[in-house]
Amino acid sequence: MFEFIYNILDAIIDIFIKDMRYESYIITAVTGLIIAFAVINGVLGGVLVLIWGERRLLGRFQQRTGPNRWGPQGLLTSVADAVKVMFKEDIVPEEADHYIFNLAPLLLVIPVFIIFSVIPFGISLYAVDINVSVLFILAITSISGLSIICAAWASANRIAIFSALRSVAMLISYEIPVGLSLVGILLITESMSVMDIVIYQSIPFILIQPVAAIVFFLGSLAEINRTPFDLTEAESELAAGYQNDYSGMKWGLFYLGEFAAAIAAATVFSTLFLGGPNGPILPGLFWLTIKVIAVLFFIIWIRASWPRFRIDQVLNLAWKGLFELTLVNIVVTSIAVIIWTDLDSNRLLYIGLVNWIFAFPFVLLIFKLLKTKKYQSDINSSSYYPVGSDSPKFKKEIK
Amino acid sequence: MSIKSEPITINLGPQHPSTHGVFRMRVTFDGETIIDVEPIFGYLHRGTEKLAEERTYTQVVTLTDRMDYVSSMLNNQGYILALEKLSNITPEPRGVWLRMIASELQRIASHLVAVGFLIQDLGAWGTPLTYAMREREKILQMFEMLCGARITNSYLRPGGVFMDAPEQFWVALKDFVYDFPSKVDELEKLLTSNEIIFSRTKDIAVLTPEQAINASITGPILRSTGVSWDLRKDDTYDFYDQVKFDIPTHSAGDNYSRYLLRVQEMRESLKIVKQCVENIEPGPVRPHHDEVPFLVRPPKGDCYVAIEGSKGELGFYLVSDGSISPYRWHVRSSSLINLTLLRDMLIGTLFGDLFVTFGGIDINMGEVDR
Amino acid sequence: MIGFGLIKGLSVTLRNLFGPVFTIQYPDKRVGVFGLAKNKNLSVLSLLKSYPREFLFALVGMAKVEVRIEQFPRFRGNEFVWYDDRCTACASCAKYCPLGIIEIVTHASGENLQAGENYAIDKFDIDTGRCMFCGLCVEACPYDALHMGTDFERGNYHRAKLVLDKETLISQDKNPSSWFRPQFEEKEYNPWDSDLGDYKEAGRHEKPSYEKIKQNWVNKRKFNG
Repeated sequence: MFEFIYNILDAIIDIFIKDMRYESYIITAVTGLIIAFAVINGVLGGVLVLIWGERRLLGRFQQRTGPNRWGPQGLLTSVADAVKVMFKEDIVPEEADHYIFNLAPLLLVIPVFIIFSVIPFGISLYAVDINVSVLFILAITSISGLSIICAAWASANRIAIFSALRSVAMLISYEIPVGLSLVGILLITESMSVMDIVIYQSIPFILIQPVAAIVFFLGSLAEINRTPFDLTEAESELAAGYQNDYSGMKWGLFYLGEFAAAIAAATVFSTLFLGGPNGPILPGLFWLTIKVIAVLFFIIWIRASWPRFRIDQVLNLAWKGLFELTLVNIVVTSIAVIIWTDLDSNRLLYIGLVNWIFAFPFVLLIFKLLKTKKYQSDINSSSYYPVGSDSPKFKKEIK
Repeated sequence: MSIKSEPITINLGPQHPSTHGVFRMRVTFDGETIIDVEPIFGYLHRGTEKLAEERTYTQVVTLTDRMDYVSSMLNNQGYILALEKLSNITPEPRGVWLRMIASELQRIASHLVAVGFLIQDLGAWGTPLTYAMREREKILQMFEMLCGARITNSYLRPGGVFMDAPEQFWVALKDFVYDFPSKVDELEKLLTSNEIIFSRTKDIAVLTPEQAINASITGPILRSTGVSWDLRKDDTYDFYDQVKFDIPTHSAGDNYSRYLLRVQEMRESLKIVKQCVENIEPGPVRPHHDEVPFLVRPPKGDCYVAIEGSKGELGFYLVSDGSISPYRWHVRSSSLINLTLLRDMLIGTLFGDLFVTFGGIDINMGEVDR
Repeated sequence: MIGFGLIKGLSVTLRNLFGPVFTIQYPDKRVGVFGLAKNKNLSVLSLLKSYPREFLFALVGMAKVEVRIEQFPRFRGNEFVWYDDRCTACASCAKYCPLGIIEIVTHASGENLQAGENYAIDKFDIDTGRCMFCGLCVEACPYDALHMGTDFERGNYHRAKLVLDKETLISQDKNPSSWFRPQFEEKEYNPWDSDLGDYKEAGRHEKPSYEKIKQNWVNKRKFNG
């Protein structure tokens, strides 16, 4: 895509100005700006639609209509939200550290947009192709932890620091399973570039590496602070946590960054595991959109159904559950890769079968962690329960 | 070398999304473990007991609605029973059956609120709450058919009920009674075997029966620790001895059993409603105003009557000196007494369990502060 | 099996996703073309001819249709219904009100001396700003002159306008609810649907005998356990 636009601009400039100094640098810069503009605006448009879509869909899960007032079917609700947020008063607490207070929302939003630069939207429709783009994505996502700590510390608010520390502990713990779960894919494709992974997926990797897919999905949910891991801004406990002292457009940037992170997580998942823009007849961008919408539907469905975890359960899950699963996955996959080394198309099937048979049963290990210690009484979920207690001290005296 | 740390104190103030009203707690943490809780209430005190000394006995019924605003019919029932005992009024049977139907429906509504908001505090973003409110809406519509108002009813009068139920009430009640068990099943399917709820509520904030009895805890909390004590069976009033129902009791006193007990109690209340409708006979619902005038003048004396409210034992103590207003009226509010054990239940648990435990106790600030 | 509790929860919400919605979109509902046509009892083509602007709005889904929520006959509404020719200014309502918001000022007029002195009412104010709509005043009235109303959309920008004085009470629209007025219920009157003509025809209520109550109940009993 870069060469395409570069050539067009070069041709246009050559019509008007014959000989310009630093011509290649200028056209490079302008091309870069055009691509960045297009990608960022696309993502922002997606965020606006996601805000509306999530609220409508959550409402339908709860048997009520979501917002449907502004615009046809309520599509302009996000615009109304944005306008409202822009007109609110921008309050900075007196004891806050102004420089970091203003910096924190930017630190959340900017890395999310950077992720979209390495995602292929179609055949040769990408911004940049680095040959270590998987590592690049993992590195960029860890900057968002910094923004949470900056926001909480600069607010000079005890509750904010409380929630931010929880969130950073969670983010750091989930980096490792997320990173290690991709090792299986890297072993199969022998390349760290996202383009190569997309080209390699004749069968989507979710069928070949189920354990890695589950671990990556749960880890991404934790990284974007979504239910069931949304305890940083557990509204019922801490009333918005680290975002407590923000108002106006700074809070708007937090809100936007959160939804953009959800889209980014869904996009990365669908590129690495679902095959990205691969698909039969329609153009690649269309298939990618469908896959992203499916993953987002799943994320919203989970949000509507499950309550949230407590922080020690979250950390237990990361270190004792998901970490072990990734190690199992790596062992099984590496053995399978050594056995079937030649690159024919049946290789993927064999590796997939081996994974499903040997690695998938370990997933049930996670649920063992969620049970607490053995419970001595017998509570059944319906019907008949013992009436009365056998201890003689509590028998009623007959009058 | 050990790291020096100190506990911090957070004020979870009167304005908070999860404190079921205006309730303030100063909590001291050591890391995430709670080491001290200091509850401060009184933000909703309206002086109900003093106001009653200037109103006649029938006007006090409107005051009782507003104490525990989620279960108004039960408050009315307790007060009217106290008044009837004090002035030796025999209630009309049809009025008593209608009273029981209204009370049990109100108990279902109150438990729906408790369960819905408990799960909301656990983090499920509104889905169980919406399902619970959808059912409660039907009950409130039935109350509107009965007495014109949804929440602050003042439906009961000394000697029975205010007015007979209209025709559409029985139709709506039939639909509700046939429909409700499947909705409770749906709620249970969503929540009761959910592993996340297991892991967050089982074995947390355990109460032993000795602790509960020593602190005068009553209601679903007491029944969840293993003591089968329900005032509808143990100290019967109205016609509760003529209907058959069970009292669910669990022997583990933790948050999960408190949640599950309320769901099971909803089913039992529905059984009572069905039997009341079968037993009801036609007749007047209110004694004639020659026997019981509008301005009731009980003889001098005092009495205490307690009923099984939705949150525990709700007691009314009336002192009369023969005039048209009570001389003194005191309410033994179940929520306030249940709240006294909050500190002991919470010490040693983590911060994530604070609001879950608090929701499991199910208090209502209108009743705590009166 | 472990893990299935979570899956059951997901299945419940998925089933409710395809179920009906129980929101009542009050005060107005957004409809499309067919909804607007049904609301106005026209076919789609005649709707296009007679209301082109609304048709265009409805194509996008932005046409508005008014929605009323369901109320029941005993609803205790905000406006009061007062018949001044039945009222004798005995002030039972004012005495029975727990908040003391009814204010009645009279003078002896000297009319109708055969039946006793009749009071002329100078002032009959009800302060709906402080009223709690308990209905005790309606219960107290011995002459069925005061009834509860049915309206609830009576917001105002000035608190002084919430006080209903005598002229307002006489001149406003009268839709009494059947709270504590069984004569309305016996005629199966619903303030929003049926039209009783002159409400004064409903008259006073005569307490039926025990047999008559039993007869009514047995005839109309619709609940079969």
